[in-house]
Amino acid sequence: MKIAMTVNGKSVSRDVADNTLLVEYIRDNLRLTGTHVGCDTSQCGACVVHVDGKAMKSCTMLAASAEGAAVTTVEGLAKSKDDLHPMQVAFKENHGLQCGFCTPGMIMTATDMVARYQLEGKTLTEESIRHELEGNICRCTGYHNIVKSIADGASKMTSV
Amino acid sequence: MYETNFHKAATAQEAAALLNASEDGKILAGGQTLIPTMKQRLADPTDVIDLSGAADLRGINISGDQVTIGAMVTHAEVAGHAALAALCPSISQLAANIGDPSVRHRGTIGGSLANNDPAADYPAAVLALNARIRTSLREIAADDYFEGMFTTALEDHEIITAISFTAPTQGGYGKFPNPASRYAMAGVFVAKSADGTVRVAVTGASEDGVHRHGGLEAALSADWSASAVDGVEISSDGLLSDLHGNAEYRANLIKVMTKRALG
Amino acid sequence: MSEGIGARVLRKEDKRFITGKGRYTDDIIEPNQAYAAFVRSPHAHARIVSVDASAALAMEGVEIVLTGPELVADGIGNIICGWGVTSKDGSPMNMGAWSALATEKVRYVGDAVAIVVADSKAQAKLAAEVVVVTYEELPVVVGSVDALAPSAPKIHDNAPGNLIFDWEIGDLSPTDAALASAAHVTEMEITNNRLAPNPLEPRSAIATFNEAEDHYTLYTTSQNPHVARLVLSAFYNVAPEHKLRVIAPDVGGGFGAKIYIYPEEIACLWASMKSGRSVKWTSDRTEAFLTDAHGRDHVSTAKIGFDSDGKIVGLKVNTKANLGAYMSLFSSAVPTYLYATLLSGQYDIANIYCDVQAVYTNTVPVDAYRGAGRPEACYVIERIMETAAREMGMDPAELRAKNFVRSFPHQTPVIMAYDSGDFDANLKQAQEAADVAGFGARKAEAARRGKLRGMGYSNYIEACGIAPSAAVGSLGAGVGLWESAEVRVNPVGTIEILTGSHSHGQGHETTFAQIVAERFDLPTENIQIVHGDTDKVQFGMGTYGSRSGAVGMSAIVKAMDKVEAKVKKIAAHVLEAGEDDIVIEGGAVKVAGTDKQMLWHEVGLAAYTAHNIPEGMEPGLKESAFYDPTNFTFPAGCYICEVEVDPETGVTDVVQFVASDDFGTIINPMIVEGQVHGGIAQGIGQAMLENVVYDAAGQQLSASYMDYAMPRADDLPNYSVHHASTTCPGNPLGMKGCGEAGAIGSPPAVINAITDAIGNNNLSMPATPAAVWAALQDVSQKLAAE
Repeated sequence: MKIAMTVNGKSVSRDVADNTLLVEYIRDNLRLTGTHVGCDTSQCGACVVHVDGKAMKSCTMLAASAEGAAVTTVEGLAKSKDDLHPMQVAFKENHGLQCGFCTPGMIMTATDMVARYQLEGKTLTEESIRHELEGNICRCTGYHNIVKSIADGASKMTSV
Repeated sequence: MYETNFHKAATAQEAAALLNASEDGKILAGGQTLIPTMKQRLADPTDVIDLSGAADLRGINISGDQVTIGAMVTHAEVAGHAALAALCPSISQLAANIGDPSVRHRGTIGGSLANNDPAADYPAAVLALNARIRTSLREIAADDYFEGMFTTALEDHEIITAISFTAPTQGGYGKFPNPASRYAMAGVFVAKSADGTVRVAVTGASEDGVHRHGGLEAALSADWSASAVDGVEISSDGLLSDLHGNAEYRANLIKVMTKRALG
Repeated sequence: MSEGIGARVLRKEDKRFITGKGRYTDDIIEPNQAYAAFVRSPHAHARIVSVDASAALAMEGVEIVLTGPELVADGIGNIICGWGVTSKDGSPMNMGAWSALATEKVRYVGDAVAIVVADSKAQAKLAAEVVVVTYEELPVVVGSVDALAPSAPKIHDNAPGNLIFDWEIGDLSPTDAALASAAHVTEMEITNNRLAPNPLEPRSAIATFNEAEDHYTLYTTSQNPHVARLVLSAFYNVAPEHKLRVIAPDVGGGFGAKIYIYPEEIACLWASMKSGRSVKWTSDRTEAFLTDAHGRDHVSTAKIGFDSDGKIVGLKVNTKANLGAYMSLFSSAVPTYLYATLLSGQYDIANIYCDVQAVYTNTVPVDAYRGAGRPEACYVIERIMETAAREMGMDPAELRAKNFVRSFPHQTPVIMAYDSGDFDANLKQAQEAADVAGFGARKAEAARRGKLRGMGYSNYIEACGIAPSAAVGSLGAGVGLWESAEVRVNPVGTIEILTGSHSHGQGHETTFAQIVAERFDLPTENIQIVHGDTDKVQFGMGTYGSRSGAVGMSAIVKAMDKVEAKVKKIAAHVLEAGEDDIVIEGGAVKVAGTDKQMLWHEVGLAAYTAHNIPEGMEPGLKESAFYDPTNFTFPAGCYICEVEVDPETGVTDVVQFVASDDFGTIINPMIVEGQVHGGIAQGIGQAMLENVVYDAAGQQLSASYMDYAMPRADDLPNYSVHHASTTCPGNPLGMKGCGEAGAIGSPPAVINAITDAIGNNNLSMPATPAAVWAALQDVSQKLAAE
């Protein structure tokens, strides 16, 4: 079936099998390979993208269900290709990544988290960041610097 | 995952018709269980009927102490609904701790109830709140709805449309998450209604899925307090034993989570 | 800001990862690419009666289905263990045959029986499901102790009693005599739980056979592409070494699991030759649990004796090591030379004896996982020291300090010669950072909140940077463990460093550039690190055992020495000065004390134009070096863990974790701290969460993240990481290695803290809430009985 959506601001359309997952559509059909797959059971969060502005696990969603949706992947987070999103900067500055495999999902979860907290007027604490990261697994960093990165990214996003 | 035919339904009625017409169709609500199950090749539906476009299944309605939640309302929407949180904080808090933020953005109350995973959270709330499950065919009382692990009173082509209940005067949910999956190893929802009736539903711990606990209900009816719970004997008979904990541990968790549900 | 040694330089590699532009194996699609799926055994032990692939071959899109007998007929060799270990009686180890695709028998659930290649992943998986394998099931054994029982089923014909080797180290009779005369003896049974490494990127391979050139290319998730190429060529006969290019692009974590050459890479290469297609395979997570080499899985008894002063007089350990169904590449070295040689810990112990029985079971092969043998040793010695202190009513830190090694070099009775360290300094620094003095007050405050607070120490030492090639060769290693480097100064003065080390998260592109920046006083942006491709980089040994700093960087230093000498010669020649007067600084090569200088890039250009270089000098500016270490390095430290236990549920919070490490010279503290954080997280994971569990039929009950508890952000604390370093005398930079220390040192600190909190020392890893709660029930039952 033909599935059309907006990905990173661009209209895209591909003819794919009905059972194509959103993550497969993004990686294999659009060749945006920043979105990763690290598990089969929707727990690791390496595949997190934004669908209509909300963080979702693209491995746990059919591409067909995203027909007409606006999808943002890590490749589309920055305003331009010369630019970095404040959360991306924060991950670099706080050494919030090592092997980099979980990083796109972490950053997409982090930006969603900060946006929600800001919308609700709530402050992200270390405890709430750790709780919000329940759906994202990192095997390298022990999370210490990821938590730091997100706190820093949150303040950078506020000041922007 | 195996091949399947995808359909998007605009209304519950259309979904029911599509389901009827399919050979071995499945309803796709939030898909947070169905999709992983299909990926692991444990489900092989001929057709998948997506409800995400069905506007008639959305929305939270509050009228006095009456609450109606559309089947396609996500966990995040339940958790974030201010009026619901004011009227029935226990269900807001429960929803806020299902899965993770991404799962809560996609997973729905209807999907959770239709699936009736023995470790899911919503079944405990629905049973303890004595909710009514509205479907494309009828209304089912919670007591008649849950029929054991992954089994419900739903007919083959019946679709949940909404859940309604009367807000309790007091209630709470205590959940002990499995260290790996974060599903409930024991989740206890306690609810006291205006007429003083107390219902206690336990999820996650039992071989038979969600169930009410008579001993706890009796004790809390007499005395709505943690100390009342202390005196209740929680039998480990019929409780799950697995690599995360044996039946005795789960029996202990039921007691402790009941106390924590009381706040 | 300086970008040299000791600077917290932000990582050069980050930009591609934070923007989604990393290039991992599964991101690559080759032209004419097909997909592989494996038919795997659902049984832990069975005879293969027949394999019928006809239905699969008839399916749309299916290219080829290949099985074990065809693989053997094509001369593909068995998978080998590259480290020979000799038993007590002088006999060699009993290595059973491991064919990449099983031939007569399957020996664990997940054992590959056939490879199916099809146009799409979906077609390959579907076809794999209809390959009909008829099995005759055999009895199963999963635990090492059970496998040694006389009645246990025999897994390999050439390993009677499932015994791979029965190895020993140290002197038995003096140790027995010392224990017999001891004033106090502590005896324990100690289990080290089986873990799944779980790098977040699953293993993946793309094999391409180019028939016209008779040449193979393999993209693979490897920590050591050259070793992969060597083994694939020399032992598995997949392709000759000069006809095989192995590329390990961005690799998403390794932790040991990506050292080995697995059946899947072999089968994909072979299937590419057979099918004429590029063949890609990417593991899913459950497949990873079923096929990636596991770690640990020791069952030990340990006995330690003290004199009346609390000085250790002897240590005796017996260990049963479960190596799984087949011997993986370094499996034999892990429970022997990487384990028992560290049993002396930080202590001066005159008498040590350890014997190890390595056994086959019907489980996934076990090999090195972050720490590899050293966490098991540390767990034995640090648990038994803590236990002994409790039994003798001594302060656990005091008992440790009483026995510290304080003069170096120190020869232990178990091979290792510790070269440096200051264990008192690490202990003191950790105690201060942990506010040990205030623990009593914190415990009392926790008690008022209904929580049980406990504190535990771990004073670890480990051995890294393995190691002198001749030494490991004499101990049975099949390879030398040196490292290589090439330093290429381009005509424009930019520098490429080609290294045999491989980065899969460690930040080599940054730290390796830092030592070059320091040496030649250049910005790191002018320095590029090249690694992971056998066509680009000279032979190298790869990254494991915390060796890339101490060994890999030392090779770069050696090559830089040669470059520097040549640069000085050229500059002396051009500037008409003596070589000894030439200094390199500020992007220039100068004659000291004068204003005469050449800019750095002018030296490069001079070397390549060769218009004006010393007579007889070869043009160009490129040097290579191989560095063979003179000894292991010995990172050490003190970890102090504080926990609070909820007695109602057994839930344990790590409320404080302090690390004081001695890593020698630190190139980039930011990266080193990150390594420690990650290591501690894996150690806490082992201690409290992670466990591979098999049922009696050999089915893995924990083969997904639904049941294998991966540490998550809310399971873990912030870490308080400190350094009190001594310089390693064994290598030019004075480095010791930091990659594994966290995973080695932390498990005993956690368990010592929890057992302290609950007042019950009988607690195994992982200390899950259910296990801690059960241990607390034992305490209350005992109290009730008294």
